[in-house]
Formats: sequence, C-alpha cells, structure tokens
Amino acid sequence: MSENPFPLSKDDLLKAYRTMRTIRDFEERLHIDFAKGDIPGFVHLYAGEEACATGIMMHLNDNDRIASTHRGHGHCIAKGVDVHAMMAEIYGRSTGACRGKGGSMHIADLSKGMMGANGILGAGAPLICGAALAAKVRGDRGVGITFVGDGASNQGTFLESLNLAAVWNLPVVFVVENNGYAESTAMEWAVSCDSYVDRATGFGMPGVTVDGTDLFAVHEAAGEIIRRARDGGGPALLECNMVRFYGHFEGDAQTYRAKGEVEALRASRDCLVMLAERVVEAGVVARDELHRIDREVADLIEDAVRAAKAAPLPAPSELLTDVYVSY
Amino acid sequence: MSRKISMKTAINEALDLEMRRDPTVIVMGEDIVGGTGANGEDDAWGGVLGVTKGLYAKHGDRLMDTPLSESAYIGAAVGAAACGLRPVAELMFMDFMGVCFDQIFNQAAKFRYMFGGKAQTPVVIRGMVGAGFRAAAQHSQMLTPLFTHIPGLKVVCPSNAYDAKGLLIQSIRDNDPVIFCEHKNLYGLECDVPAESYAIPFGEANILRDGDDVTIVSYGLTVHRALEAATALAKDRIEAEVIDLRTLSPIDWDTIIESVERTGRLVVVDEAHPRCNLATDIAAFVGQNAFGALKAGAQMVTGPHTPVPFSPSLEDLYVPSAEAIAAAVRRTLSPTGSRSHGIAA
Ligand SMILES: Cc1ncc(C[n+]2csc(CCOP(=O)(O)OP(=O)(O)O)c2C)c(N)n1
Ligand SMILES: [Mg+2]
Repeated sequence: MSENPFPLSKDDLLKAYRTMRTIRDFEERLHIDFAKGDIPGFVHLYAGEEACATGIMMHLNDNDRIASTHRGHGHCIAKGVDVHAMMAEIYGRSTGACRGKGGSMHIADLSKGMMGANGILGAGAPLICGAALAAKVRGDRGVGITFVGDGASNQGTFLESLNLAAVWNLPVVFVVENNGYAESTAMEWAVSCDSYVDRATGFGMPGVTVDGTDLFAVHEAAGEIIRRARDGGGPALLECNMVRFYGHFEGDAQTYRAKGEVEALRASRDCLVMLAERVVEAGVVARDELHRIDREVADLIEDAVRAAKAAPLPAPSELLTDVYVSY
Repeated sequence: MSRKISMKTAINEALDLEMRRDPTVIVMGEDIVGGTGANGEDDAWGGVLGVTKGLYAKHGDRLMDTPLSESAYIGAAVGAAACGLRPVAELMFMDFMGVCFDQIFNQAAKFRYMFGGKAQTPVVIRGMVGAGFRAAAQHSQMLTPLFTHIPGLKVVCPSNAYDAKGLLIQSIRDNDPVIFCEHKNLYGLECDVPAESYAIPFGEANILRDGDDVTIVSYGLTVHRALEAATALAKDRIEAEVIDLRTLSPIDWDTIIESVERTGRLVVVDEAHPRCNLATDIAAFVGQNAFGALKAGAQMVTGPHTPVPFSPSLEDLYVPSAEAIAAAVRRTLSPTGSRSHGIAA
C-alpha cells in the first residue's frame, strides 16, 4: 500500500465508505421493495447524496444534534441510528425506531442526537436553534446541524432561524442540500439569489459552497465551520451541491427532468464510485477491502428487511399509548 | 349531460370552468403545474396527486408554481384577493397550515370585519385532509375544527365528486376566504356529475338517507362509513337518517334540528380528534336547542385523542369505522348509562 495522501486515515476512509454504501444499499432496497408494494406511505430516497451526510457526520458525536428533513434516511444512518430499527420503522413494525408510529418521514433517535426526520419543510431549523441554545447554556460544546433542501431554504422558518442563530451567536451549521429540485420545481427558478453564500452574508454569517458529491470537499469544509461553531464562533451556512438519483418520492415518473439527465448524473457524479476510485487509485485501499464491505453491507440490509418483515405489527392498544389521552 | 367522474376530476373541472368564466381567477401552489424552471416536460405533475393536471395547457400563466414558501404565497394569495383577484391557492396538505396560519386567521379572516366592511378577500385555500393514506402524523390530519373556530373563514369539506364541483365553484365565487378541504382518500371516488357549471350554496346540508329512528350527522370520508352503518342497521330494522353537512362554516343547523326533532336520537361522526370538534359542537348545539326532543344522550364518534399513527395496522383503527358508528347508534337506543368514548379503537 502507498502512503496516504488524504486528510483522512485509512480507517476513517473505510468507515466513510461503509456509511455511504449502507445508505446506498438501504435506499436501493427500498426502491425495489416499494415498487413491489411492500412498503406503505411516502418514501424519499437519499441515494446519490451520501457524501454530504457522511462528510458532515464524521465530525459529530452523540452529544451533537441534527435536525433532518423528509429525505432523512441518509442522515439517520450517518448519525448512527440502527439500520434494523430504521427498516422496521419504514415497514410500520413494533420493533421500529418509533415503534411503528412515525414512519419514514419521522424516524428519530434522540440517544444518537438525531432529532427526527421531518414532514414539515423548514421545521428543523428553529428546532436546531433550540438544541444549540441548550448546548450553549449547558456549555457542553455540542453543536447543532440542520439540513434543509434547496426548496425548503425558501421557508420563512429557515430564514428566520438564520437570523436568530446569528443574533444569539448559536453553535449551528445550516446545511443546504442543493439537489437542484424541490419535488418537480427547479432550484434555479425558485431561489432568488445566485449563491447561498450571498444569503448567508445577508444574515451576517459565513457561507461556503462545496461539491456535495465529493466526500473530501464536504468533510473539509464542514470540519472548519463545525470547529468554529464549537469554539463559540457562531453559526455558518454550508451549501452542498448534489444529485438526486431517484424521483422526488418513490413512484415519481420524473417527467420534469430532461431526457438522459439522471443517467448522465449517475455516470459522472456518483459520489460512492468517485470515492472508491480515488482511494483505490491512490493505492491506499485495495478493491478487495471495499468488496468485503459491500458484502457485509448487503448482508446487513438483507437481514434488516427480513427482520422487519418478520416483526410484529404494533398491538391495537398502541393506538392510545405515548400520549396524554383525555377522552 | 352527466357522466361518472372522480372527485379529483370534478375539482379540476370546477377550476377550469371558473377560470374560463372569470379572468380574475388564478391558481397557485407548489408543483401545481410542475417542472417550472426544469428542462423536462411542462405541466409535469399538475399537483402532487395530479388534481390540476392539464389546466396549464388551457390557461397558461394563470396557473403559477410557487417557491416552497407557504407563508409567502398564501399571504400573496390573500393580498391579491384583497386587491381584486380571485386566487385559488393550493396548500398541498392542510397539515402545512401551521407555517402560514397567521396569513389566514389574522389576515384573510379578519380583513372584512376589521376594516369596517370595506375589504373583501375572495381567496380559496384548497388542500388535502384526512387519514388512511399511510402518510403519517404530519400529513393526515382532519384539522377542520381549527378552521371552524375562526370567525370570517368559511369551511367546506365535500364527500363526493358532485358536491366537490358545485362547492368549489361556489367557493371561488364567494367573497370571503374559504378553506376547501379535500379528503385524499375520496379523490378516486366516482359519481354522476353534470358537465356544465353549477354552484351549491353554502350552509345546505344534504340528507343522503331518510330514517326515523336516529340521525347520523357527518362530513367528508366518514359520511360513507355512516351510510355503511345505516345499511347494516337496517337489517335490524333500525332506520338511520344520514346527513352530510357539506359545509362546516356556515353550518346547516336547521336540517340537523329538524331531523333530531323527528328521530329523537343523534350520533355525530367526525374524523377529527375528539376535543372541541364538529361532533362536540353539534352535540352541544342540539342539547341546548332540542333537549326536549332527545330520547337519549347524543353520541359522538371521532378519531382518538392521539396523533395519526403511521403503521397501517394502527391507522386503520384510527378513522371511525362503520362498526363504531353502528355501535354508537345502538347506544342511543339502549343507553347503558356508562360513560362512552365512541372513539375508533
Ligand atoms: C411546509 C411544507 N410544505 C410542502 C411540503 C411538501 N413537500 C415535501 S418535500 C417537498 C420538496 C422539497 O424540496 P427540497 O427542500 O429541495 O428537498 P429535496 O426533496 O430536494 O430533498 C415538498 C414541496 C412539506 N412537506 N412541508
Ligand atoms: Mg431539493
């Protein structure tokens, strides 16, 4: 093996690859099982965007909090939420992360600092300001990261949170996951400014734009602004440009996308392939090592699906638990 | 000419007819055209469930996709209405109301009154309500009681394609803000609908089934459950009258009271949560105004006092069932005296 030219240890590189592969396989499996009719509800896949969640979450520990979006599976996996519990939740089983009561759009694991996927766009930003405030008050050096899509970045709640975080000097990083679309609507049309950096500047905080399909670029940029937030330097905005491999949600025919667009993106901007090529070409990781991870992940996903399907549905009495029922 | 069409098509048709009739009608919402600014097909979606599909081809820029900013575009629709347009704004899921409610209950609802009658706000906010779609806690609510609480708002919730078309046309012509609630599990349901334009006046309930033993009042999806219950009860010679409210504000008190005065028994079915909803409202009103006619306490059948659960096995318990409605009817016939909840589970 050659000398490692990367800013990440070989161990970290393998870990990052495993996380990205897990997200990819998780999503691709959902894509197939959803088409078969096995999965109820709405499912939004993170495939193609893995480098973003992974590169950011590598800087976080369980004490750091994230607020996710409707497209939250990747954030969950990268933040360490149990894959079996996630799969069971998506299948609506009692063994799910939320005991079958939340579903894909509401997976949460507070013990991992994962404050929930969210069905309401822009709703995570105010929540993470609160989480960061709590960290600041406790003085525990925790940071809060909120993810928002290009579309949801137009929500007043998001813009107000940028201001609040700046005014209160909160340890928050606002990550704009710019995949070019909000459902069927193009980001270029729906976002008034040319650059998110300008928006950040308007709110008095630094903004950085990176290629969100490049794990190293995300990792480096996120590292710097997360460190700054941790050290009391205040909030920042990180725009990750990325690509969505599937439809907005499963079942979307994507007629609003140009012919050949998705195929071209898959061929040229697959973050997982790009990472694998780079580390293998540099001679830091052997292809076999990656293949071993691929096999282990495939087994993990297969087992998660098997376990989810075999798991019991929530008992009818569960309808009335976990909430104050006065009637 | 009348033909069988779905509620989804009926809504599309109402929008089309009103846009043709009145050039001040515009339609806006997230992805209601679909593909704006992108390089693929125009009119790619026509709304998440395709309700507005094809209208762009007929009316062009009078259909407007919006950025993802409910506060901004619902507020803009309200402002445009106050300035002479008749906007129909789609709030994809009514659950998203939380992010733009100020524009609706503090602005739109109050302009006419607060400005001394000098303003009118003919805006329609239409969107999906209701459970049963596996859409989980934040996309499944029946928030109608929140809207009916607010003076100045009109609240509509059709149970079928015929009513949806006539009520939406009336909503667009009405000079007050209207919250038009479309139950997502009724979109596919077909019935006979005339091709021409017609308006159904607000505040006129529809008696879907005559009966002398008990009055069942409901709206939206649970109307169909009430009808199922009535059919089952008829086998035991219990004849239920089924009233579909159609509009919740204004509400047709006369039809309810007249019916209860004849049957002496009342069951109110509301998919919403049990506290302070249409069922409690109607039961209280009848208790106050027709107490002498009642032979038993009014029964309420509602969703439980819980968020809507995701797992299909739990969600199916959530929406009031025909069995729960029939059981409530039986309770009015032989009251046990014990405290009843009447919730789905
Ligand atoms: C307040 C609110 N408005 C609308 C929606 C419906 N909706 C869900 S996802 C989505 C598009 C989101 O686009 P973006 O923020 O770019 O995220 P992406 O899906 O691309 O990851 C829309 C309009 C919602 N869930 N919440
Ligand atoms: Mg997007």
